[in-house]
Amino acid sequence: MNEDPVPSKPAWEVDFPIERLEAEHVNRREFAKFLVLVSGGMCVGTAWVAVKDKLFPERHPPARQRICKIEDLSIGKMLAFVLTGSGTPCILIRLAENEWRVFEQKCTHLSCAVFFEPKLGKIVCPCHHGFFDARTGAVLQGPPPRPLRRFETAIIDGEVYAIASPSVSEKA
Amino acid sequence: MTPFQFDTEQEFFIDPQRCIGCHACEMACAECETNGQLPMISVDYVKRALSPQTSVQICMHCEDPACAKVCPADAITKDEFGVVHSANTARCVACSNCVLACPFGVPKKIELSDLMMKCNMCYDRTSVGLRPMCATVCPSGALWYGRREKLEEARPHSSPVHTFVFGQQEIRTKVHIMMPKGSTRLVVD
Repeated sequence: MNEDPVPSKPAWEVDFPIERLEAEHVNRREFAKFLVLVSGGMCVGTAWVAVKDKLFPERHPPARQRICKIEDLSIGKMLAFVLTGSGTPCILIRLAENEWRVFEQKCTHLSCAVFFEPKLGKIVCPCHHGFFDARTGAVLQGPPPRPLRRFETAIIDGEVYAIASPSVSEKA
Repeated sequence: MTPFQFDTEQEFFIDPQRCIGCHACEMACAECETNGQLPMISVDYVKRALSPQTSVQICMHCEDPACAKVCPADAITKDEFGVVHSANTARCVACSNCVLACPFGVPKKIELSDLMMKCNMCYDRTSVGLRPMCATVCPSGALWYGRREKLEEARPHSSPVHTFVFGQQEIRTKVHIMMPKGSTRLVVD
């Protein structure tokens, strides 16, 4: 630290000076350090995103995934599960006898976990009071910018399946 | 025309012997809205039981201010003219470290606002060439602000002193205290 103007001072006094002039002063070296660190950080971040994309391509979930048996979930109840492969957290909602819905559990606002509120008949995000339509996943109220991602469902031999692709709301 | 800056030629001198305990300085200080209409100066009795003598205490504006050094929030700063400013209200956490650290007992924690407040030598006035409020109202010259030559001429039997010894610690301040002629420091034990 040979550029230190007063080398006899301990480090904490250099970092938190009492003198106003020293506290407000930004010297050329500090400014250059800041520029290099910020732009270097951005470069490393961009490179990491590129490398991650190449080395770890996104794994796709199987075409369909068994969730549960019909009798496991009564009407108005919700079941959380994870799509194998992509690891996407999802919720299965039974709205009526033969009405099933699967949505991604991440709120489109800031990725909080949403849940189905049977009293309201809506999907609720507790973080900022976002509300989604339980039938379509459309935003009803609050900050979420997009509808919830929805997956098709199928009933085969008394068991509920989620059909991973293509998602209905993305097509719409 | 360059904007007026703090006049470093003018200095503050306190003569506790001249204090008559009229509290005019407290009243004048409290008239100012920048300190929430609270006096930042204190008039104290030296020994109430034995004598009516009073003394007055303003911030001495230390060269190496203990209050600023102990502040964990970096709220107290000293500017280029040597004025130690009152706590930055956005930073002060009312920890009272400065209250305990000051050897002169100047900073006060104001419970009402939960902030430390202290004398800043009327920076709003002195930075535009006016004298601090207390010095303008003091009827006996116990608080005096101006050029040193003028004071030495008016008070030939006193010497301004700005070095204080507290035990093993020596403190130099911006504000001077008037001592008998020839004194160089004030030893407080």
